[in-house]
Amino acid sequence: MTTTARSVLELRKLQISLPKGADRPHALEALDLTIKAGEIVCLVGESGSGKSLCAGAIMGLLPEPHVRVTGGAIRFMGEELRGKSEAQMRALRGADISMIFQEPMTALNPQKTVGWQIDEVLRLHAKMTKTERKARAIEMLERVHIPDPPSAYNAYPHQVSGGQRQRVMIAMSLVLSPKLIIADEPTTALDVTTQLQILKLIRELQDEEGAGVLFITHDFGVVAEIADKVAVLCRGELVESGTTDAVLNHPQHPYTKALIGAVPALTPPPVKAASTAPVVLKGTGLKKTFAARGGLLSGKRKAVTAVKDLSFELRQGETLGVVGESGSGKTTVSRIVTRLLECDQGSVELDGTDLLAASPKELRALRQHIQMVFQDPMASLNPRKRVVDLIAQGPIVHGANPQKAREQAKKLLELVELSPAAANRFPHEFSGGQRQRIGIARALAMEPKVIVADEPVSALDVSVQAQVLKLLVDLRDRLNLSLLFVTHDLRVAAQLCDRIIVMQKGEIVESGLTAEVFANPQHPYTQNLLSSIPGRDWTPPSLQPDAA
Amino acid sequence: MTLRMPPILIYALRRLLQAIPVVVLIMIGTFLLLKLAPGDTVDALVGDMGGADAAFIARLRAEYGLDQPIWVQLWRYMTKLATFDFGWSFVYEQPVSTVLMDRLGTTLLLMAASLSIAFTAGITLGAIAARRAYSVTDNLISILGLVFYATPSFFLSLMLMLVFSVKLGWLPVGGIKTIAAFYTGWDHVWDVARHLIMPTAALSLIYLAFYLRLMRASVMEVADLDYVRTARAKGAREGRLMIHHIMRNALLPVITLLGLQFSTVLGGSIVVETIFTLPGLGQLAYQSVVQRDMNTLMGIIFLCAIIVVVVNFLTDLLYARLDSRIELA
Repeated sequence: MTTTARSVLELRKLQISLPKGADRPHALEALDLTIKAGEIVCLVGESGSGKSLCAGAIMGLLPEPHVRVTGGAIRFMGEELRGKSEAQMRALRGADISMIFQEPMTALNPQKTVGWQIDEVLRLHAKMTKTERKARAIEMLERVHIPDPPSAYNAYPHQVSGGQRQRVMIAMSLVLSPKLIIADEPTTALDVTTQLQILKLIRELQDEEGAGVLFITHDFGVVAEIADKVAVLCRGELVESGTTDAVLNHPQHPYTKALIGAVPALTPPPVKAASTAPVVLKGTGLKKTFAARGGLLSGKRKAVTAVKDLSFELRQGETLGVVGESGSGKTTVSRIVTRLLECDQGSVELDGTDLLAASPKELRALRQHIQMVFQDPMASLNPRKRVVDLIAQGPIVHGANPQKAREQAKKLLELVELSPAAANRFPHEFSGGQRQRIGIARALAMEPKVIVADEPVSALDVSVQAQVLKLLVDLRDRLNLSLLFVTHDLRVAAQLCDRIIVMQKGEIVESGLTAEVFANPQHPYTQNLLSSIPGRDWTPPSLQPDAA
Repeated sequence: MTLRMPPILIYALRRLLQAIPVVVLIMIGTFLLLKLAPGDTVDALVGDMGGADAAFIARLRAEYGLDQPIWVQLWRYMTKLATFDFGWSFVYEQPVSTVLMDRLGTTLLLMAASLSIAFTAGITLGAIAARRAYSVTDNLISILGLVFYATPSFFLSLMLMLVFSVKLGWLPVGGIKTIAAFYTGWDHVWDVARHLIMPTAALSLIYLAFYLRLMRASVMEVADLDYVRTARAKGAREGRLMIHHIMRNALLPVITLLGLQFSTVLGGSIVVETIFTLPGLGQLAYQSVVQRDMNTLMGIIFLCAIIVVVVNFLTDLLYARLDSRIELA
């Protein structure tokens, strides 16, 4: 290898061992990785692949003694980091090696101002006077393009938005021009438009500083957007590495192929002939305002309009996508439609009956026909009930024979491709993807006409996500279900939905056939959303169908 | 109204308005409850006198207004209370307000001392235990906490008395000051302090255990949070992490408990004050119940209600000061 630039970080045969009783003895096995100055290396892998522990090992912040480095070398600027004392590592952290974390909401101390937290880095590592430090912090806030840096300097983290907080985090980690920046999923928690801005910012600052970046992510779209080189981890082993072009477009290892094959392409499904199927779910003039609270005896809170004047139609056998960024009101829509949340105005007709005007008794009967699949498969299943009871509960409540309902539940498990032996186990014994399958089986148990799915795959790894989506499409076609699919992920929407609604601040800004909206967006907001999809110029190569 | 008031004042005013119905309800409730108990002031007085004829008892009742229906008595009491007139204590032959003010100082002193000791020692020990979780130090501290928590205050009081006053003779057995000594200046302060050591210890140890447990749990929780990891990644040392990042956030639930417990300490002080014969509100309350001194008892309850309301308000202010996310509104 001809080295034109110095290597900032070299990992040689790095091995991290896990405590006894873990699913495997080593979190990382013989990892080789080189990062040169001015280079962004993406470390890609699914949850549990050991990518975050790799970052911890470099920083010397592993949860020792349970998880510790047991072999190999970590060389930073040619110097071995293993065996350095805690004080020596402290001097490096924040100054020469810095880190950007995933959750901008929780990664900043809620009780200290933004300025204080940036100042802390300078106080720890640089000999500067108070005024110099303040000037430097404000300059840094300016460089990460935060509007009005002096006022942001005095703001508390909760007073700035999620994207801004991530900018603060970046300002904090770059304030001393470190030579190595470790970014651990820095954009996963952000909306697409914000994500693109943050990615651009990281790229821009890294160009100016010439630092090496280790960018940890699970999202191939982000990889396509930002990486110079890619390393793919599978259960602690490096399965493939190389330039971005080589790995993304000509993957060699079957695992990489499978992962890339699972990335939804941005090509919408073919336009179906104008559907003549009956409308099963129809919303008209829906409006929901979270009322202003307070008065003489309590605090005042401003009214928030979550949804204003929303109308839609869902035909039988069709999938309608509701897309938008956080705060656009898309989750409120899913809750109004299922009447989990009372609506202020409008009607939701389910097969011609108004769900919103139904009496409690009628509502109970109607609920059979409209079921939900929730976002978090960990939190939406009662941990103290067996799977068979979770699934059979709905029918039993509605008067089915318990014995028969349980038999039926076992059949449903087969339908969602789980072994019937799963019936007597508890939710915690399943993986995220399997739990989401249970969630789907639970929704299907009522034999509904409409399924409302609120971000059903956003908590899942990409390969699992592909499987669950495939299952949903399969079931939809076989059972002639109608899907109302709420998502923030435009790739998923493109793959699954026949028609989409784009929401912004509680209003529909655009709606229509998915193919048409994607090909020719009319509203500036939709255009902005579509052009923010990470890696939009990269089309995953079509690989063998065994990929998923 | 274009009158501009600082938000804190508006907030205080609103809290005051909210407190009025609370206090009124407490007073009505306790009044009725006390009337449910058999016997009244006259019964107690006559009992003390060793008996009297029926006509005298009836006259005494009429004089004190005890012959009226309960609703009339309640109405009379509440209207007087509205003007902050607590009535007359027939036991002490003094206005109730005078009796209360005499006693309030002692109780407040005892409460403030025990709570601040319990709080300071509790959070310090709790923080130490959390930082060395599952070590010998942690186990020792936790066991100590458990022992304090499990020991009833009356038992602790008697044991302290037995050891330090009876056996060792270091500390006075009871009272607030040495009666015949007539100390002044610093001698007086020292004298009162010596008298308060054992009651304070007896009262604070249990609360110390509460704070210790809560602080330990809270620190352990906060130490695992993302921003502590961020601070570590910045290169901060442990001491700095502890002071700036962990303690500040871990203290919040403990402050909540402090506010809640201020009221229960009043209850706890009844036992301790009675055992150590401290002339405080707790002891007064006990004697008033025995002697059916309704007015004094109601006065004490009113005072306690006010103290609880005020402490709650102060806790909220303190909380808002400590937690930047909370705005008073």
